[in-house]
Amino acid sequence: MATITLKDLVKAYGDTEVLHHVAADIQDGEFLVIVGPSGCGKSTLLRMIAGLETVTSGEVSIGDRMVNKLEPADRDIAMVFQNYALYPHMSVRENMAYGLKIRKIDKGEINRRVEEAADILELRPYLDRKPRQLSGGQRQRVAMGRAIVRDPQVFLFDEPLSNLDAKLRVQMRLEIRKLQQKLGVTSIYVTHDQVEAMTLGDRLMVLNGGYVEQLGTPIELYDRPATVFVAGFIGSPAMNLITVEASENQLKLPNGAYLEGGNDLGKVTLGIRPEHLVSDGIGPIRVTVQLFEQLGANTLLHGVLEGTDCDIVASLPGHVSASAGTVMCFSVQAQNLHIFDIQTGKRIGA
Amino acid sequence: MVENRPILGVISHLVLILGVVIVALPIWITFVASTHDAVRMTQVPIPLLPGSHFIENFKETLFGTGLSSSAGAPVWRMLLNSMTMALMIAFGKISISLISAFAIVYFKFPFRMGFFWMIFITLMLPVEVRILPTFEVVANLGMLNSYWGLSIPLIASATATFMFRQVFLTIPDEMLESARIDGAGPMRFFWDILIPLSRTNIAALFVILFIYGWNQYLWPLLITTDSDMTTIVVSIKQMLEAAEQSPKWNIIMMTALLAMIPPVFVVVAMQRLFVQGLTETDK
Repeated sequence: MATITLKDLVKAYGDTEVLHHVAADIQDGEFLVIVGPSGCGKSTLLRMIAGLETVTSGEVSIGDRMVNKLEPADRDIAMVFQNYALYPHMSVRENMAYGLKIRKIDKGEINRRVEEAADILELRPYLDRKPRQLSGGQRQRVAMGRAIVRDPQVFLFDEPLSNLDAKLRVQMRLEIRKLQQKLGVTSIYVTHDQVEAMTLGDRLMVLNGGYVEQLGTPIELYDRPATVFVAGFIGSPAMNLITVEASENQLKLPNGAYLEGGNDLGKVTLGIRPEHLVSDGIGPIRVTVQLFEQLGANTLLHGVLEGTDCDIVASLPGHVSASAGTVMCFSVQAQNLHIFDIQTGKRIGA
Repeated sequence: MVENRPILGVISHLVLILGVVIVALPIWITFVASTHDAVRMTQVPIPLLPGSHFIENFKETLFGTGLSSSAGAPVWRMLLNSMTMALMIAFGKISISLISAFAIVYFKFPFRMGFFWMIFITLMLPVEVRILPTFEVVANLGMLNSYWGLSIPLIASATATFMFRQVFLTIPDEMLESARIDGAGPMRFFWDILIPLSRTNIAALFVILFIYGWNQYLWPLLITTDSDMTTIVVSIKQMLEAAEQSPKWNIIMMTALLAMIPPVFVVVAMQRLFVQGLTETDK
């Protein structure tokens, strides 16, 4: 168990800087999720913490130790890879025991730890099988088992669920969370899936193009996204982002309608979450319906602002239907409006 | 294909049987010839059914001096020479190629690709092309008429290095990273992960290299002058050229038969791994 401190971390390949001055303090026992689109540098960051990539500048500390120059094996970490990276010629038991064997840990102790991990992960019947005889979910569990038996200070997960089918992914997500809470080991988890990020993380770090866009709890990120990028990335379906004209206490939509709120700011980006659009028949946001997606519990409406080509998505409770081309009116509460600077993308105001 | 056409069935059987006859007939004649006495083998037509002198010929070939005029060692000695040479070549090539492929794939050092291409270019220089300088080197090192002289010049191998390089490249990087996190050093990784993962490829290569070594003719002919060091393939040819005598076909054929057994044994014993090694893609 340990804290992890990232100080001003930079990664560059030649002249190309791919990670720009990343800083974070991760608490003991915390579950941090690093999330971002592919190519944003999230795996690179994780691999730098693991010691699989060199650090160009800055510091990685685990506990009180600066580990920049330490080999991965000496950092007291365990990592779960996307493709599990199980040794195909070893049985499940040997796979889990391999790291301990190298550390010259006593045989009885190895067996005890492997069996304990196997019990936690319900892998006991499979201990003598080879990885290729296991299903995807079981392999995933073996990879976790390999991490658990090491009893490390830190767990690192590199998109561990992306090779599983959707249903199994949801199930394993819960299991990972439960396991982490049970063991209380500081964990860093990389994913591109924002739902996974929201459900797993104590805190989320949103990376984009090598920059940290925001670091905070899932609810902070959802309620008060710091940038347009975070606003569009967190939440599903994605937030509606509309360019509006802000004048004294009024926001002018592209189709000429007015919303209350805002200051005298000129052009700004307005964000409204689909679930915050309330269909009341009289609201100022008039949307021409294009199509509906029926999800059962709620309905997604896809349309455009009346008279413009500005796309709008609204999430409505229950079953709703109307023919394409009809106009529906929505309103939105002032506290659910997010306003961002059009140039910098930064959040303005509360 | 699941088709039911009687004529097609008959034709395919005919073609296959013809193929079997073409391949098997020379071996059958070899076997038949090794079961007759010397006199019968000089008469026409050559016999097509086995005779009754197999045991006799077998003893004379294996433990006698083969042909009196070749003043040579008994055939068991040549079999032993061939076996030693083939095994040394096979093991030598496999170990050196494994290590060099390991270096080229997993270590970063200056001129890494340069070394790779240097090894690769030797594909253009088989023994026959470099035979004079190689002979000179081996002679100066005093390795004529020795097992080292027979095998070392044939051990350097680009093909095997290249093949292991390809095998190693198919092993995902995560395997290496996972081993690093587990605390395995480079040699640990090599022994515990790479070797077991390339097991089938090693077996396939062993079969190919053993036969390659066993069938060497030119090189052993050149560097062995002592008849105690001759290999079986060379000695069969020498028996044919035995001066001032009609060839003793029964003995020669028995020798040929004996020369076939070890490669056949290796192929049969390793067949399963051999096929896996050439076809397996799952890592």
